[in-house]
Amino acid sequence: MSGSIQDTFFEECEELLEAMDEGLTAIEGGDHDPEVVNAVFRAVHSIKGGAGAFGLDELVAFAHKFETVFDEVRSNKLELDTKLIQLLLRCSDHLADLVTVSRDGGSVDEEHNDVLIAGLEEYLDEEEEDLTFEPMGLGGPSVPLPLAAEEEKSYEIRFRPLKEMFGTGNEPFFLFQALSELGTLEVVLDETELPGFDAMAMDDSYLAWNLTLTTTEPKSAVEAVFEFVEGLCELSIASDKDAEEEAAALAALNAAFGVPGDSAEPETPAPFDAPAPAEATPMATPQATEKVETVKPESNKSEQRGPKPTLRVDLERVDRLINAVGELIINHSMLAQQIANLDVADLRDVETELEGFKNLARDIQEGVMSIRAQPVKPLFQRMARIVREASSATEKTAKLITEGENTEVDKTVIERLSDPLTHILRNAVDHGIEKPEDREAAGKNRTGEIRLSASHRSGSVCIEIKDNGAGINRPRVKQIAIEKGLIPENADLTDAEIDNLLFLPGFSTAKEVSNLSGRGVGMDVVKNAVTALGGRINVSSTPGKGSTFTIILPLTLAVMDGMVVSVADQTMVVPITSIIETMRGSDDMINSLGADGTLLSIRGNFVPICDVAGALGLRKPEGDKPPGVYLLVETETGQRSALAVDDIHDQRQVVIKSLDGVCGNIPGVAAATILGDGKIAMILDSESIIAASPTSATFDSDRRMSNAIAS
Amino acid sequence: MKTKVLAIDDSRTIRNLLAATLEEAGFEYHCAVDGREGVDMYDDVAPDVVITDINMPNLDGFGVIEELRGDGINSKVPILVLTTESAPEMKARARDAGATGWITKPFDDQSLIFALKRVTGAVA
Repeated sequence: MSGSIQDTFFEECEELLEAMDEGLTAIEGGDHDPEVVNAVFRAVHSIKGGAGAFGLDELVAFAHKFETVFDEVRSNKLELDTKLIQLLLRCSDHLADLVTVSRDGGSVDEEHNDVLIAGLEEYLDEEEEDLTFEPMGLGGPSVPLPLAAEEEKSYEIRFRPLKEMFGTGNEPFFLFQALSELGTLEVVLDETELPGFDAMAMDDSYLAWNLTLTTTEPKSAVEAVFEFVEGLCELSIASDKDAEEEAAALAALNAAFGVPGDSAEPETPAPFDAPAPAEATPMATPQATEKVETVKPESNKSEQRGPKPTLRVDLERVDRLINAVGELIINHSMLAQQIANLDVADLRDVETELEGFKNLARDIQEGVMSIRAQPVKPLFQRMARIVREASSATEKTAKLITEGENTEVDKTVIERLSDPLTHILRNAVDHGIEKPEDREAAGKNRTGEIRLSASHRSGSVCIEIKDNGAGINRPRVKQIAIEKGLIPENADLTDAEIDNLLFLPGFSTAKEVSNLSGRGVGMDVVKNAVTALGGRINVSSTPGKGSTFTIILPLTLAVMDGMVVSVADQTMVVPITSIIETMRGSDDMINSLGADGTLLSIRGNFVPICDVAGALGLRKPEGDKPPGVYLLVETETGQRSALAVDDIHDQRQVVIKSLDGVCGNIPGVAAATILGDGKIAMILDSESIIAASPTSATFDSDRRMSNAIAS
Repeated sequence: MKTKVLAIDDSRTIRNLLAATLEEAGFEYHCAVDGREGVDMYDDVAPDVVITDINMPNLDGFGVIEELRGDGINSKVPILVLTTESAPEMKARARDAGATGWITKPFDDQSLIFALKRVTGAVA
């Protein structure tokens, strides 16, 4: 079968797995609505169906067990208690693994597989064991096997439809046509039963046919043609080879096929015709003692129509469109600049139109970005599994609560956020949430809570991971940082600064390497991943109450609002999200600190000045006196700095052009953009510029002193 | 005139498989993602044969058969049920509702075409 169909199968699997997870999570949350249960059942069922088509036997076998148990739930033969729900959740995780293995190769943990299957079988009747699902049964008897070596035989077939047959849309003529493909067919109509016209009932059947088929096909192939009309006709098939047995066979067949709706199953060779497990044998389960309300008579939900119609588009096409829109925005600013340079008296009309152009370009850009935007829901759903696994590995109980799942974020951001989130959540379970008995002792619920939320916040996306665990052990964190030589021994740090030590490279609090969070990657990797997305991460903590990680990300990776400034005769762009305010400084606002540090006094507060030109090596720090315009920015630790630039030109949307692969990592430069005059401008990374600035280094260690100056 | 097939299945994979097989075999292929859509599309497509899944959201396969055979449309169109539920009573239930025949998932090209042939006579 075509590979691309298999690709779409795996794509569909992702969606089905999501739907299944969503349903199971709702069930775990106490929602036992039949429609929810049914949706999960359908998801598993569809995975099984597709997997069968591609011969993915292992996947089929597991999905079948899973489905069978779920079918029992669906028909209210099993009750959804905590134990079963937990098993189903683990099975859904395993099913996802099996899908991944089927797609990407590799192998699953056989032992785990067997444990889960055994777990599922506990809920099934023993008779169920006999009903093995044949993954590649391929239609069973209906396949006419071309057995060429077979010698030619002649079959005498008598076929008399019952009136019931005509209600099913079966047409004798088509059956004869199918028969004629097996060999040479002679058809003789037997109309002897046809009554006189006045005695004829409109809906009754009076005709019969005597057919003679000469073919090399076996009798089963002939019978297969009549598969759909079994029980809807009187049928006899006799071959000339067993003519002497004809009479007996005729009698037997008539007995078997003769009566419509006869409960006795005719001797069809179908391999599937095993007794149905569920209906045949209602089961008693170990959990059947406590009665749980599983059925809500609320069937309105089933009336809901399916999802809105969608169009699936190759991502590459969308990206082409995004690039084109980027060029369009650049093109607009070039046009605007050239028009402004024209020596024309009255530009008002042109400017009005140009403004319209700008608005349209922005609309298109937003529209295109929204195509790439996806809800964080699937990402969050995967995280529930991370928490489950982490909890069972550490013998803690924790549950994930998600909020704002419908918040939409650029697809790339979602993809690249998966690893950092996984890491933070594992850490939260491993280091944050206490053991159940410790929690109880601290007067908390035994089950720890981790709240994962997403929200839009003024042009950016905020993702928060908040646990109600023990909080960051600050004395210990500080001690480790000192031991590892990350901070000087006498460092005087604020609580927030200690918390953020976690993000330093080479920092890891794990006393022993647990198999969970201690995988050789620290929170610095998380920070790097977030920074690479143009975002910021911050942590705050309250001892005994828990910690909160906050990730702020730009809405898009392609376009941003920036402030165009000039620095040492170069034009640069500062991301507007980091700027709090801008001001023109005067001499009396500037105070010296140490040898080469300067502070800006703003409304009685001192803020270190960071000379951008100096930090980038464009001008010697001791050269000209710092320029006169300051951009007050806030770093992720909440610390403020004043970026000194020569002048502010404009505030506008710029298209981000990544420098990856063009040149290496330049400290202080995040990316580049193309301006209206066609020139390239660097987009500054204010974080790293501040870190490189001598003043902030001095200021950091001397903060208490400078505070003393201030007061 | 090509034989027109209306396939109703909520699984995209199954729809793709059907589309590939049927188009290759020379059928005209139409599809719907659930029973309700299938019934809604029926008049416009006017198919020669309907293939429907059983377990679907909005309207299941039995519902499709009942509506297509019901008073409103009262069609004698052949309806093939596409299902992994190969238990006899599932077939019996489908037939009581008026299904013409069934195709057991997973299906191969041959058995699918063979089933279509027996209910439409189409030599694709």
